[in-house]
Amino acid sequence: MQFPREEFFAPGHRGCAGCGAAIVARLLLKATGKDTIISNATGCLEVMTTPYPETSWRVPWIHTAFENAAATASGIEAAIKVLKRKRGKYADKKIHVIAIGGDGGTADIGFQSLSGAMERGHDLLYIMYDNEAYMNTGIQRSSSTPFLAATTTSPAGSKIRGEDRPKKDVAMIMAAHGIPYVATACISYPEDFIRKVKRALEIEGPKFIQVLQPCTTGWGFPPEKTIEIGRLAVETGVFPLYEIDHGNFKITYKPAKRKPVREYLKMQKRYRHLTDEDIERIQKYIDEKCKLLGL
Amino acid sequence: MCEVKVITGTSAAAEAAKLADVDVIAAYPITPQTTCVEKLAEFVANGELDAEYIKVESEHSAMSACIGAAATGARTFTATASQGLALMHEMLFIASGMRLPIVMMVANRALSAPINIWNDHQDSIAERDTGWIQIYAEDNQETLDSIIQAYKIAENENVLLPVMVCLDGFILTHTVEPVIIPKAERVRDFLGVYEPKHAYLDPDRPITQGPVGVPDCYMETRKQLEDAIERSKRVIKDVNAEFAELFNRKYGNGLVEAYNLDNADTVLVAMGTVCGTIKYVIDQLKKEGKNVGLLRIRTFRPFPKEDIKDLLKEVDNIAVLDKNVSFGFNKGALGIEMSSILKNKKVCNYIVGLGGRDIKIEDIKKIISHVEKAEDDETMWIGLKE
Repeated sequence: MQFPREEFFAPGHRGCAGCGAAIVARLLLKATGKDTIISNATGCLEVMTTPYPETSWRVPWIHTAFENAAATASGIEAAIKVLKRKRGKYADKKIHVIAIGGDGGTADIGFQSLSGAMERGHDLLYIMYDNEAYMNTGIQRSSSTPFLAATTTSPAGSKIRGEDRPKKDVAMIMAAHGIPYVATACISYPEDFIRKVKRALEIEGPKFIQVLQPCTTGWGFPPEKTIEIGRLAVETGVFPLYEIDHGNFKITYKPAKRKPVREYLKMQKRYRHLTDEDIERIQKYIDEKCKLLGL
Repeated sequence: MCEVKVITGTSAAAEAAKLADVDVIAAYPITPQTTCVEKLAEFVANGELDAEYIKVESEHSAMSACIGAAATGARTFTATASQGLALMHEMLFIASGMRLPIVMMVANRALSAPINIWNDHQDSIAERDTGWIQIYAEDNQETLDSIIQAYKIAENENVLLPVMVCLDGFILTHTVEPVIIPKAERVRDFLGVYEPKHAYLDPDRPITQGPVGVPDCYMETRKQLEDAIERSKRVIKDVNAEFAELFNRKYGNGLVEAYNLDNADTVLVAMGTVCGTIKYVIDQLKKEGKNVGLLRIRTFRPFPKEDIKDLLKEVDNIAVLDKNVSFGFNKGALGIEMSSILKNKKVCNYIVGLGGRDIKIEDIKKIISHVEKAEDDETMWIGLKE
């Protein structure tokens, strides 16, 4: 695949070295092009890209609050529709309205607003960048934090072994809304991600993509390992890549042979407290999930 | 020229939004606002109003969607009440902070707990410091006229602030009155076709809205907001005068309305529908040879300090009626403001009508005789059961 050379996400942002969220933004905008409006939830991405008077965004961008990127995007989409109709504004353009939020802003506090926007059928794409915790506030657990991962609010103690609940499956919950397109993606598979964004933008109506983006600070790994860890999440079946296009489920990357989960876990400080027994429990859980998906 | 309809306050608000030819409506139903958004849904369904109507899942999302739409250059409208307004609280700051000219009808209603659907002003008063302009209407005609005026005020390039038009729940929202509905063309002439003056989201001119306001810039944005709401005083007066010329109706000087103030040494100060009852009592007393005045506060924000000081400079007995309480201070918001600007005067505060408690003619008379006898500032709860 030829990636467009033009950059709509400017360099010089304040993300950590090896930040996966910045890669999400950069790839996303390569896929959407210029005629895009972004509604960004409060979170890492918003904080690191817009310390006034600087901005990394070369497309129109708005941030309002933590829990309402989808509701704000609903208003943007409705405004474009009515302004086209009533005043001929943007008449010759197809503007892509994109809402983007982290897992906290999507799976937790923003969940109602997301569900509302999807259910109402707005023509917009929601991108959940998933780093599996509340990263810019100091690594607290979210409902997207995986089973047994240690965060600052789900620490590994002598009685409790880290996060005690499995990761909430937001993509499948979005699929249950009956929207035309749902997909998972990972920054380590940029062609797959870009293809999915482009496919989503071809479809009118609400679309949802959940993108895994490893976080060096929150997960505890060296900055140069971001892509490698993301790839391992997919190769082990921890984060399967699929799409549901008008109800048709398709695995979009099938590892020839799934790697043991241990390889993925051992590279990250958030799992360093795990015993062999803990790792077995995770392996079993992942195996069951992969079986369901046909991986 | 125009049409007279016998309608409720919420219908008057909906008619006003239609006359303003709003582009986007985002709304969630809540008593006693609901009939407003129902009416608007009908207008859109019947093709009488060409707007996008977003049936949001909460008031928080209603305001968020209005912000998104206004930031994209659309004229927007929403309506709410009580708990719904409280749920919007966070987003109200964001609407004003982004300087978006959103107009909202607020059907004033008490806050929980205990849950109560009837009227008082605790809900909008709790939003006093959000940077919104607040207009309190006295009747259904003023509700309609104020919403039309609100767009002209909000969209003025020296203002660019959101406006809430407050009307008393049930007392206005569910009571029919004859309301003059102006011709759409005349409202269009008054408001002009909406061309957003603020920067808005447009792929041909990409801008970043709502960035991180670092300590180096945040305080300046707050001062700009304060300056804008201060400037709105002049604009509100001008809009009121211009409206009077075109439509032959005016509301005091836009900020305050003086009723029988000349030579009155006792003056009641209040907002909303209770002013109608007060005017009735004043007229009665006048026949008895007693001279009492009313100063109706129409805009609680911006607070018309200068006009109030000027109009009350000869007055000895000032009775401020509040349909809200600042708990822990035992005064209402209006009472607190009045005391703070009239330092050497006797300002008594009367807490009235909470949660829909009737304010009777006898209550007004009791307040007048109390304030005339009071030695100093006092607070009194009126209509409490023994």
